Amino acid sequence: MTSEPVVALRGVTAELGARPVLRGIDLTVGRGEVVALLGANGSGKSTAIRTIIGQVPASGGTVELFGTPRRSFRDWARVGYVPQRTTAAGGVPATVAEIVSSGRLSRTRFGVFRKADREAVRHALELVGLADRAKDSVTALSGGQHQRVLIARALVAEPELLIMDEPMAGVDLASQEVLARTLRQQVEVGTTVLLVLHELGPLEPLIDRAVVLRDGCVLHDGPPPQAVGQHALPGHDHVHPHAPEGAEPIRTGLLS
Amino acid sequence: MDLLNYAFMQRALLAAVLVGITAPAVGIYLVQRRQALMGDGIGHVAMTGVGLGFLLSTSPVWMATAVSVLGTVLMELIRWYGRTRGDIALAMLFYGGMAGGVMLINVAGGSSANLVSYLFGSLSTVSPSDVTAICVLAAFVLLVTLGLRRQLFAVSQDEEFARVTGLPVRALNLLTAVTAAVTVTVAMRVVGLLLVSALMVVPVAAAQQLTRSFTVTFVIAVAIGVAVTVSGTVTSFYQDVPPGATIVLLTIATFMALTALATPLARRRARAAAAAQPAGDPAECSIPAARAAGEEAGV
Repeated sequence: MTSEPVVALRGVTAELGARPVLRGIDLTVGRGEVVALLGANGSGKSTAIRTIIGQVPASGGTVELFGTPRRSFRDWARVGYVPQRTTAAGGVPATVAEIVSSGRLSRTRFGVFRKADREAVRHALELVGLADRAKDSVTALSGGQHQRVLIARALVAEPELLIMDEPMAGVDLASQEVLARTLRQQVEVGTTVLLVLHELGPLEPLIDRAVVLRDGCVLHDGPPPQAVGQHALPGHDHVHPHAPEGAEPIRTGLLS
Repeated sequence: MDLLNYAFMQRALLAAVLVGITAPAVGIYLVQRRQALMGDGIGHVAMTGVGLGFLLSTSPVWMATAVSVLGTVLMELIRWYGRTRGDIALAMLFYGGMAGGVMLINVAGGSSANLVSYLFGSLSTVSPSDVTAICVLAAFVLLVTLGLRRQLFAVSQDEEFARVTGLPVRALNLLTAVTAAVTVTVAMRVVGLLLVSALMVVPVAAAQQLTRSFTVTFVIAVAIGVAVTVSGTVTSFYQDVPPGATIVLLTIATFMALTALATPLARRRARAAAAAQPAGDPAECSIPAARAAGEEAGV
């Protein structure tokens, strides 16, 4: 890939409570790359993402964003983040536009919105196909539409790096297609993407590289695992051939 | 309006208006972050400040402000660091604050009437110096809640996301807590420390029954706040009932009235939304006849 990586984790360790969740992770994402972070539940995918954004402190190793150590990184407008959520709603009603607007704060001075900012909000909503719902309360939306709101909120700052934690979880088919299309448009304009996925699914053609985690270690870093035969069936949890000898295959029960 | 001829009523009404504006203005962020009971805790802690004010013969309002601000900073620190036993530490802080206040007032030789006026509010006790303090504090609260509304909205809506937009999340959390503490002492004289939390939360809850957006919820909550504090204060004057209790009961009545109103409104909206659904995307489930029949045959 090109010169300096957009995201660089070297030997990162992290604990949740006393339990080690990351045990020395190396992960680099080059400019314009689309990298999927895969692995079973509890493998440390989400925690790895959260050490990048600083939500979970790394107890060892280094985390760099755009070549700057995360601790001194201030240029957050370059990063768009989609947290793992089932809802975009809070304790008080809020419209779709209000929630998406909060993603634009990193581009404003002291939170003062100008015409360009309002335009950006409208544009981000168009990208995810929710322009006509801007004034609706988010509580009136479906699960997939909530996810689209969260993605619009990440895109509204026009980030160079998009970090997404399971954007496809609990999303209906129609919204999955919208999300895949939105992501493709972003990739075409050169946005770097790092996303946690449970399975490659409809995003598979977009992904340049897959990093598979297992028990807090990197198991595989390379081209996305090719699903063949029965493995390609939807709902099948893929076990990569690089898995160590004797590793328990994860069974979904769908094929038995 | 003969009640305006009394200087103490002028002060009480001014304080009531400021309380009506500031309490829901802060409360909306507490409700948004699902910390609706935080105001109640601060009210308890502020009691120690009132007691200290009595003991040191300084203004109880300023002393209560100082102590409750300190208390909320402590609460935020507990929220950051003490993960597992956080709720117990908070409980000790709240009840310790209340007990400390009662003890200090007693030591200072204050009467239980003094105590009751701080706990439940009283019109006749709003002194000219209190009014000055209340005005200054209310100005601070409005400056924060309006001036930083986009930032506070973002942090209260989704803390994790707000961090990635580069907002100083901890500083903003602390500011919200401190502003809530200041609001408690603004409201203390009129509504009383034990009931102040109601005025932060219930107008917001009432407004939500009608609204879809945060901005409109904010405006309506403040409007309800001012309406109930002013009408409660006036009622208290004419009927000789305690102002705090009157205001809170009026607020809850408003909540119930709006909830009753909102139910048919929500139904109408749902119908409108169903009508707006594009054809071929039915709002209700329907199983294609052929498939349903096939499944029945298969069973």
